[in-house]
Amino acid sequence: MNVKALMLLLLLLPPQAVAQGFAGLGTQSEGFAMPTPDRVLTFPADHGAHPDFRIEWWYLTANMTGPDGTPYGLQWTLFRSALAPHDGQGWDTPQLWMGHAAITTPDAHYVAERLARGGIGQAGVAAAPFSAWIDDWVMQGPDFEHLRLTASGPDFAYDVNLTATGPLVLHGQGGYSVKSAAGQASHYYSQPFFDLSGTLTLPGGDVAVTGRAWLDREWSSQPLAADQQGWDWFSLSFDTGEKLMGFVLRGNTDYTAATWIDAGGQATALVDGAFAAAPLNRHSVAGRQVPTAWQVRLPDRGVDVTVTALNPDAWMQTSVPYWEGPVAVTGSHTGVGYLEMTGYDN
Amino acid sequence: MTRVILSALASHWRRNPLQLITLLAGLALATALWSGVQAINAEARSSYDAAAATLGEGQFAQITARDGQPISQQRYVALRRAGWAVSPVIEGRLNGVRIVGLEPLTAPGGLGPVGAGGGADIGAFLSGAGQIFAREDTLARLTGTGAQGVVAQDAAPNTAVTDIGLAQRLLARPDQIDRLIVAPDQPLTRRPLAEVAPDLIQSAAAEGGDVARLTDSFHLNLTAFGLLSFAVGLFIVHGAIGLAFEQRRPMVRTLRALGAPLGRLIALMAVELAVLGLIAGGLGVGLGYLIAAALLPDVAATLRGLYGADVSGQLALRPVWWISGLAIALGGTAVAASGALWSLARMPLLSGVQTRAWAMARNSKVGAAASVVLLVLSAALAVWGQGLLAGFVMLGALLIGGALALPPLLSLVLTLAEARARGPVSQWFWADTRQQVPGLSLALMALLLAMAANVGVSTMVSSFRLTFTGFLDQRLASELYVSAEDATQAAAILAIAQDQADAVLPLLSADRQVAGLPAQVYGARDHATYRVNWQFLRAVPGVWDSLARGEGVLINEQMYRRAGLDLGSVVAVGPGASLAVLGIYGDYGNPIGQVIVTENVFRSLFPDITALRFGLRTVPDRVAALRTRLQEGAGVPDGAMIDQAAIKALSLSVFERTFTVTTALNVLTLAVAGFAILMSLLTLAAMRLPQLAPVWALGLTRTRLALLDLLRAVVLAALTGALALPLGLALAWALLAVVNVEAFGWRLPMYLFPIDYLRLGGLALLAATLAALWPAWRLSRTPPAHLLGVFRHER
Amino acid sequence: MLLCLRDVVKTYPGPGAAVLGGVSFDLDRGAMLALTGESGSGKSTLLHLIGGLDTADSGMVSIEGTDLTPLDDGGRAALRRGTVGVIFQQFNLIPSLTVAANIAFQARLSGRHDPDRDRVLATRLGLSDHLHKYPEQLSGGQQQRVAIARTLAPQPKLVLADEPTGNLDEATADGVLNLLRDLVEETGAGLILVTHSERLAARLPRRLHLQAGRLA
Repeated sequence: MNVKALMLLLLLLPPQAVAQGFAGLGTQSEGFAMPTPDRVLTFPADHGAHPDFRIEWWYLTANMTGPDGTPYGLQWTLFRSALAPHDGQGWDTPQLWMGHAAITTPDAHYVAERLARGGIGQAGVAAAPFSAWIDDWVMQGPDFEHLRLTASGPDFAYDVNLTATGPLVLHGQGGYSVKSAAGQASHYYSQPFFDLSGTLTLPGGDVAVTGRAWLDREWSSQPLAADQQGWDWFSLSFDTGEKLMGFVLRGNTDYTAATWIDAGGQATALVDGAFAAAPLNRHSVAGRQVPTAWQVRLPDRGVDVTVTALNPDAWMQTSVPYWEGPVAVTGSHTGVGYLEMTGYDN
Repeated sequence: MTRVILSALASHWRRNPLQLITLLAGLALATALWSGVQAINAEARSSYDAAAATLGEGQFAQITARDGQPISQQRYVALRRAGWAVSPVIEGRLNGVRIVGLEPLTAPGGLGPVGAGGGADIGAFLSGAGQIFAREDTLARLTGTGAQGVVAQDAAPNTAVTDIGLAQRLLARPDQIDRLIVAPDQPLTRRPLAEVAPDLIQSAAAEGGDVARLTDSFHLNLTAFGLLSFAVGLFIVHGAIGLAFEQRRPMVRTLRALGAPLGRLIALMAVELAVLGLIAGGLGVGLGYLIAAALLPDVAATLRGLYGADVSGQLALRPVWWISGLAIALGGTAVAASGALWSLARMPLLSGVQTRAWAMARNSKVGAAASVVLLVLSAALAVWGQGLLAGFVMLGALLIGGALALPPLLSLVLTLAEARARGPVSQWFWADTRQQVPGLSLALMALLLAMAANVGVSTMVSSFRLTFTGFLDQRLASELYVSAEDATQAAAILAIAQDQADAVLPLLSADRQVAGLPAQVYGARDHATYRVNWQFLRAVPGVWDSLARGEGVLINEQMYRRAGLDLGSVVAVGPGASLAVLGIYGDYGNPIGQVIVTENVFRSLFPDITALRFGLRTVPDRVAALRTRLQEGAGVPDGAMIDQAAIKALSLSVFERTFTVTTALNVLTLAVAGFAILMSLLTLAAMRLPQLAPVWALGLTRTRLALLDLLRAVVLAALTGALALPLGLALAWALLAVVNVEAFGWRLPMYLFPIDYLRLGGLALLAATLAALWPAWRLSRTPPAHLLGVFRHER
Repeated sequence: MLLCLRDVVKTYPGPGAAVLGGVSFDLDRGAMLALTGESGSGKSTLLHLIGGLDTADSGMVSIEGTDLTPLDDGGRAALRRGTVGVIFQQFNLIPSLTVAANIAFQARLSGRHDPDRDRVLATRLGLSDHLHKYPEQLSGGQQQRVAIARTLAPQPKLVLADEPTGNLDEATADGVLNLLRDLVEETGAGLILVTHSERLAARLPRRLHLQAGRLA
C-alpha cells in the first residue's frame, strides 16, 4: 500500500485521538468524504489535491547509482492533512501541508522536513500542468510524465528529472485499496516507471546520478482500523522488469495486500494472505528495534526473496518518526526497491 | 547540660521580651527593605524574561523592511519559496494589550507557546475561532474577540499570543507582517536575500532584549537603593545582634564561672541566633513582599510609561526571594554575630563586665583609620577606576568610609561644643552626649546611610527628570509629529503642512554602522528650530553654520564615549563621505549611537530614503486644527500624529510615579534608621542610670532629664544629617558621573535640590525625635527608688 | 589532702598589676582557712587560680591529687561544675531565673540535682518564702544566701568564697558567714574564705596572710 504516514495528523489532532492507530490514521472522520469502490479515477484531475478527504500524499522514492556505481536512495513526499473538509484562501484555510525529503547513501542518511499552511501559496498541488510544492521544494512539469524534482535541507539538496516510461498502475479494485478486514480503504495509484537523472548535493560535493523512481498517490479519510498500529511496506523492482508492491498491516491479526505489475505495466491485485513478509533481524536505530532485513514471499508468482536495507540507519527523525530507505533484493528474484516501516515505538 | 544552658539563655528573652522584639524587628526590617527592593527588581526582570521567553525572538536573527514598514504576506511566501526558513510575526495593540501573531508551523523551536504542550491544541489554535494565550488578567481585557482564551501564566504580562491569521484580523491588518524570524538552520540552496527581496534586511540575533537594555538605567536606580538599604540593614542587624550580646554578657560570664564550657555556650548561642535569624528573616521577607506589592503598581506604571516595557502589576511570591531574604538575614546575623561571639570567646572570665560602649571607644581609632583608607580608595577609584565593577566598589568604599567617619567626627564636634559651653548643665549635657556616641554610633551610622542614600537617590532621580524633560524640550521642539504610511501619503501631508504649518521639518533616518558601532544617521534641515533648542555638551564655534554647509556631523554622547570620537575627529558616515565632528550632544536613554548630518548631505548619501515622518511647527493653539486637517485631507490616522504637549504631559506623569516610589522608599529607610535609634536608646537607658542618678540627685528633675535626652537625640540626628548631606551628594555624583557612564555610556548632569534636602533633614529629625520619645518618657517615669538603687549597690 | 599549692607564680601585664610570687600551702579535707591581705595583695587572684577560673604562670595547683595546670577550658569548666564551688562578692545570680531556678542551676549543670537538698538549703538559708521571686526583688543579703545555696547544692569538695559579705552590712555579713560556715562544715567540704576583714578571718580556725604576692 503506501499507506504512507500522514504524520501531520499527530500534530493536528488532540492527544486522545492520537491513541488511535499510527499517527491518528485510525480515527473517525465525520464530515469528510469516504473512499468508495465505484469511484472511477480520472486524470489529470486526480493528480491534484482532494481537499474533501482528510489525508493525501504524493510520495516518491528512487533507487539510483552514481558514476562509480555507488547505490543511493532518495525520498520526496508531500503530505496534505485537512482540519475540515474544504479548501479556501488565507490563513483560515483548514489545509495543512508537510514535506519530507531524504537522501540515503550506504553510510549516511540526510533528512529534512517542512510544514506549511494552505491558502497562502506556500504549499499546494495543481493537477495540470502538474505542480506540487512546499517552500522551495517542487515536483512539477508540463504533465505527469515529465517532472522536475527538487528539495533541500541544511546539509543536502537534490535536483533531478523524471520521465515516465510506463502507464499508471491502479491498486486494489480500480484504485480502491482495502486496508483492513473491516473494510477501511483508500484511493491508491502509482507511477512506478520513472527514469531518473540528476544531481545530488551532499557534504562531500555534487554527485551525478541515474536510476528509477516510483511515485505513489493515495488519499483517504480513515485508512486504518483502530487496532492497526503500524505497517511494513515494500515496493520492489526486479531486474526482469516486473514489480511488486506489498504491505503488512500489523494489528490484532495482520492484514496483507499486494499488487503484481508485469514489465508492461499490467497490474494484478492479490488478496489478503497471498503476500508474506517475515523479519530476519532487528537493528537498533534511534533507540528502537527495527527489522532491516526481511524474507518476502509471494508463492503465486514464485517470489521468495531476501530484502536488505542499503543503510539500516535510514531513520526519518521527523515530527512523526519512521524508517524509510532503499533496499537490495536477492533470492528467487534480484533487484532494488524501497522499504517503509512505521509504528516501531521505543 | 545543653538543656540547662539553653533554658538559662531563653529565660533572658522571657524576662526581657522587649529586647527580643527589638532584635527580631531590627533583623526583620533590614531583611524587609532588602527583599522588598529585590522583589520589585526581580519581578520587573522576570517580566522582561517572560516577554523574551514568550516569543523567544531574541535568540533568532530577524528580517525586517528597510524602511521599517510592514512586510506583505506575498513577500513572506516568496522568501519561503526561495528557500528561506523564515516565520512571520505580526504585532500590535488591542485594548492596550500587546497582540503577537505567530505562525506555529514554521516558527523555529522555542518560539511561542504552541507545541510546548500544556493545553496547546494546534487544531483549535489554527482553525475555527482560534485561541489566544495570555495571563488571566490580560485575557480579561480581550473580551469580544470570539477566540478561546487559554491561560498561560508564564506568558509576558500584558501580552497575548495567537495565530497570525487571527492577529491580522484582530488588528485589522490583513496580509501584513511586521518581521520574519530566521531559523538557525537554513537550507543549502536558498537564494541571497538581496536577490529575493532587496527591500528587506536581516539583523543578527539580539544579545539581550532592547527593553531590558533600556530599562537597565531604571533598575540601576533600584539596585542602588537595594544596595544602600542593604548597607543600612546590615548596620541595624549588626547593632541589634551586638546589643543582644551586650545585654547578656554578665550572664555568659556567670554561666562560665558556674562551669558551663565556653565552646558549648558559643555553639548554643550561635544556634539560638540562627533560629532567631530564620524567624526574623521569614517575617522580613513577608514584610518585604508587602512593601513590594504596595510599590509595584507604581514601578510597573513607570516602566510602562518610560520605556514601553510591560511589567505585571501583580507580585508572585517567588522562592528565590525567600531564599535570598533568609540568606541575607542569616548572613547578616552571621557577620554581626561572628564579631560578638569572637569577643565573647575572648572575654576574660574574671574582669569586670566591660560595656560595649567602652569597646567601641577603644575601636574608634581603628574605625577612623579604616574610614580614611576607604575614602582615599574611593577617591582614587573615581579618578583612575575603569569599568562598572570599579564604579560599584567606589560606591561601597564611599559609603562605608563615610559611615565609619561618623563617630570620630561627632566626638570632635561634641568636644568642641563642650569646650565652649558655659553653664554646668550645658557642660554636662555636651559631655554626656559625647559619652553616648559610642553606644549610639551604629544606629547613627544607619541613620547617616539612610539619609545619604535618600539624598543621593533623590538627587539622581530629580536630575534625571530635569535632564530628561529638558531633553524632551530639545528633541520635541516641533508642536506636532506626523508619520506617513507611504510616499504618497507623505506627499499629501507635505502639501497640507506647507500650507497650514509655519514650518515643516522632514525627519530622515537610516540605520548603519558608524565607526564600528550600530548607529542611526539622521538628516536635519537647517532651521531655527534646531538652532534655538539644541544644546551641546561641546561644539565648535558656529556649529550650525558649518553643519548647514555640509562640513561635518554632530554625534551623540554615546558615539563620543564609545567610539572615542572627539571634536574634529573624522567619521565615515557613508560611501565616500567622511566628515569631521562639529558637536557632541546628550542623548539620554538611547542605547545606540547617533549621527546628524545636514539634510542635503543625507539626501546625497541615501538617495533612496524619502522622509515619512515630519515635525510640524505651528502655534500651540492651532495644533488641534492641524490634526483635523491632516486626518481629513491626507487620511493620517490619529495614532500616526503625536502631539508635543501630550508627550510631555505623559513623561511628567511617569516621573511623578517614579517619585512616588522613591519617596516611599525614602520614608521606609528613614523609618528603619529611626527604629535603630530607638533600639539603641532603649538599651542604653539601663546602662545610663548610674550616670543620670548623680545628676538627678544634684537637682535636675526627671522631666528635665528626659527633655535633655530628647534634645540630645535631636542634636545627634542633626549633626548626623549635616554629615549625611555631603556624603549623599558624593553618592549622587558617583551614581551620575561614574556608574551611569560605565553602565550606559552617558553622563547625567547633576542638579541640587536644597528644598528636598531640607525636607529630608526634617524627616530625619522627626524619626530621631519619635525614636527618642519613648525612652525619654520612660526616664521621666523612672521611680526615684530605682535611681536611689544606684547609690545602694554600687555597680 | 584536698588542696596542694606549690610555688604558684602569676603575673599580669601592665603596671600596678597583682602578682603572685611563689605561693605554697596545703589544705586538708574538711579544713577551713581565711585568706587575708591588703587590696592588691593577690588574694583574689590566688582564689581564682584554685577555682580554675584562671591559670598560673608556673607552679602547681592540685585538687584531690589532680593537677589543674594542664587542664584546658573544658576541663577547668568541669572542675567548677563538680569539685569546686565559688561564691562571688557580686553574687552573680542569673537575673532572668527565679530564686528556685538559681539554686538548682549549678546542680543541674553538674548533673547532681536533688530537689530535697534544694529544699533543705532553702530552709536553712531562710529563702523558702522567696523561691518564686527574681533576684532583683531580693535584698543583698538574701541574694548572697541564694548564691551560697546554689554553690552548695551540688555538694562540692571545696568551697571558695571571694569577699562574700563585701557588699553587706556588718550584722547581715555575720549572719551569712555563720550560715556558710555551718553548712560547709555539715557537708565536710573544705572552705577558703577571702576577706580583708580581720574580724571575719578570726572566725575561721586557720588563717593565711598575703603580702605583695607572698605568704607572710
